[in-house]
Amino acid sequence: MTPSPRTDGIAAGRLDEAHLDRNFSDLHPPYEPHEAHVAADRCYFCHDAPCMEACPTSIDIPLFIRQIATGTPEAAAKTIFEQNILGGMCARVCPTETLCEEVCVREVAEGKPVEIGRLQRYATDRMMARDVHPFTRAAPTGKRVAIVGAGPAGLACAHRLAMKGHDVVIHDAREKPGGLNEYGIASYKSTGGFAQAEVDWLLEIGGITIQTGSVLGRDVTLEGLKADHDAVFLGMGLAGVNALGLTGDDMAGSLDAVSFIADLRQADDLATLPVGRDVVVIGGGMTAVDAAVQSKLLGAQTVTIAYRRGQDRMAASVFEQELATAKGVHILTNVQPVALHGNGKLEAVEFEYTEDRDGRLAGTGETVRIPADQCFRAIGQTLEGAPEALEIAGGKIAVTGAGRTSVAGVWAGGDCALGGDDLTVTAVAEGRDAAEDIHAALMA
Amino acid sequence: MADLTTDFLGIKSPNPFWLASAPPTDKEYNVRRAFDAGWGGVVWKTLGAEGPPVVNVNGPRYGAIWGADRRLLGLNNIELITDRPLEVNLEEMTRVKKDYPDRALIASIMVPCDEASWKAILPRVAETGCDGIELNFGCPHGMSERGMGAAVGQVPEYIQMVTEWCKMYYDRPVIVKLTPNITDIRKPAEAARAGGADAVSLINTINSITHVDLDLMAPEPTIDGKGSHGGYCGPAVKPIALSMVSEIARNPATHGLPISGIGGITTWRDAAEFMVMGCGNVQVCTAAMTYGFKVVQEMISGLSQWMDEKGYTSTDQFIGKAVPNVTDWQYLNLNYVTKAKIDQDACISCGRCYAACEDTSHQAIAMKEGRVFEVIDEECVACNLCVNVCPVEDCITMVEMDKGAVDPRTGVEVGDYANWTQHPNNPMAVKAAE
Repeated sequence: MTPSPRTDGIAAGRLDEAHLDRNFSDLHPPYEPHEAHVAADRCYFCHDAPCMEACPTSIDIPLFIRQIATGTPEAAAKTIFEQNILGGMCARVCPTETLCEEVCVREVAEGKPVEIGRLQRYATDRMMARDVHPFTRAAPTGKRVAIVGAGPAGLACAHRLAMKGHDVVIHDAREKPGGLNEYGIASYKSTGGFAQAEVDWLLEIGGITIQTGSVLGRDVTLEGLKADHDAVFLGMGLAGVNALGLTGDDMAGSLDAVSFIADLRQADDLATLPVGRDVVVIGGGMTAVDAAVQSKLLGAQTVTIAYRRGQDRMAASVFEQELATAKGVHILTNVQPVALHGNGKLEAVEFEYTEDRDGRLAGTGETVRIPADQCFRAIGQTLEGAPEALEIAGGKIAVTGAGRTSVAGVWAGGDCALGGDDLTVTAVAEGRDAAEDIHAALMA
Repeated sequence: MADLTTDFLGIKSPNPFWLASAPPTDKEYNVRRAFDAGWGGVVWKTLGAEGPPVVNVNGPRYGAIWGADRRLLGLNNIELITDRPLEVNLEEMTRVKKDYPDRALIASIMVPCDEASWKAILPRVAETGCDGIELNFGCPHGMSERGMGAAVGQVPEYIQMVTEWCKMYYDRPVIVKLTPNITDIRKPAEAARAGGADAVSLINTINSITHVDLDLMAPEPTIDGKGSHGGYCGPAVKPIALSMVSEIARNPATHGLPISGIGGITTWRDAAEFMVMGCGNVQVCTAAMTYGFKVVQEMISGLSQWMDEKGYTSTDQFIGKAVPNVTDWQYLNLNYVTKAKIDQDACISCGRCYAACEDTSHQAIAMKEGRVFEVIDEECVACNLCVNVCPVEDCITMVEMDKGAVDPRTGVEVGDYANWTQHPNNPMAVKAAE
């Protein structure tokens, strides 16, 4: 029998191809030119604009929107890329509702911000569709920089260094470059192989070599990289995932959400990707929402996000929460997992209700069992494989200034480094700023 | 509901909204649709002399400028007068007038500037039964190159001469339509009155080029790589038209001369503004060309509602009511002092007022912690730019200072009315009797 959302257990092909295509199409379809002009016209060109302040990469948003409004989206794209070379991906994945669009004066006034993210996508798409790279390399400096991690931080750092005339080699552990852009973003936010296309476009600057399948600590060492290069930038992200610490954590059906999201992004045919009938996702952040929504879109019958605190404490933005509920995901709050039940394969997750007692989370003793064939853990990621020489603080590489680590000649940025939100756009800003600092140090 | 009936030169129409002589009034089919939609009157598209009709270009006739969401703000045209035979137009006019006796029907005319031409056409127009004629001394393109339209309207002596011929050979009302492409609109109006015109109508379109095609290096609309100036109309020209209307309304030599107001009238409010500025009725074109004839329904309902709210029961109660308040700059009260005030609850902190004032005006707005914008009364000259650039209506207002209060900018007490003619800095000041 053809599987359906009702099919018991974990099954692939619960929905037909047309249904899957529809479910995994662009969450925010690109603007047509006229739509872009109308949207751009809503921008007030604020003085010292709050949106610019809110952008971790400080893109001159009023200027690029005005450039769209006046019919020069390519100029707009250059304004964006000058600050954020991954402006194309950020236009798709930035939680704009908690950044630029949250502080847009029209959001404050009318509850309807200028759609900055979509306008940014319009501009960047236009330039990338022309296959134009807006920057050229400076004369070669003869300096060589090694970067670990071809994610947003590493790529941004590499591009800025290459622009300055340095030669860059990026080592990445995975098969493909892109980091979380390639492996960690919900499919409906980055469709059509955009992450790889963006990397290819970025590399057009020249002077950057990427070595994939090259793992720090296995294929290369920090000492070795330091010895062979004038500087090293670490942007390897957080490779570890937190475990529940419960018995049965390794039961069939109990998985980490990050792997699920990566598998989904890498799947050639979504109809071959198995998903449970009843899915439970534990966590309250973007990863939890991405895993839950995509489970539902793959055809799971019931999907529940279980979060230990109140809904107002969820790290996922209100927009993300509403996206989840609109797709049919149930959000259950004030529950913490206490047991996984099943006989070899998962059948239910047991939660204890919680309450906030003077800011401290406490179990009430009352429990509930939620049927589950599949349970995804989305309770945070951890730094793995950081070289021992580096000082670690709060579970991350300690940095000062523009990403300087405790080891001279070694910089770090992105999720693996201390400080800033774990967002693509923050990683880009940190990579870019570290590159400027490396450049200054190398040319001193 | 207020009575919108207007009596303009003895011509009655159920409302003051007429369609101007233009493409929408070129033939029976359109005019019937217009009357069915509710228009009070129609000025038929300009008739030319008997004989082979004019020909139009076969490329684009219009150009436009747009605001957000392609809202049409200004339209430019290079279409000429009617390109249909005179007999056809006259027959159609006769039929239409017979079927719509309660609506105003006016014939717009443009023939060569010689007495014989006017003498020949006027009796034929009279036979249609139309209520009056409008002399097209306004079209700025094409026909003006042939000594007609604006070429006549730019020479007051010609206006007077032709008007006199019309009054001699035609016994119904004669309206003279004026061109704005002239330095002082009062002169052609005075000439029309001297010639015996019953009314003037204005404005006709303004010489314009809306765009230049930067690839072709040619003006738009482009005809085979070349362009010619057209006539500009639509919402963008309203302020120019209102000013010209006001000049004629308050000029002692033309005061009281009936005016039919034309120029960018798009809503009931625009119409009301022209009427209080002295117009007995209004003529509309671009709004109908943009939205279709149905727009008149909004104009009718809007004007009625406003009249009801203000207690006006007929249009003559407000026509011309704003004219006494149009004056020369020199008579404006220099002791009227206002200060901008920002409503902090309405402010959305965009900072446009600050950028405008700081960069281009008087540095009279302070940007404080937390994006709070406040007016510095010591610097504010009440220029109103902040009000104009603020995206929130009524967020910034101009608050009048009480008499006797001290203006913190000048240190001077707000006094009684005094104008430039009395000001000590004016070398020509009228000295008060010692």
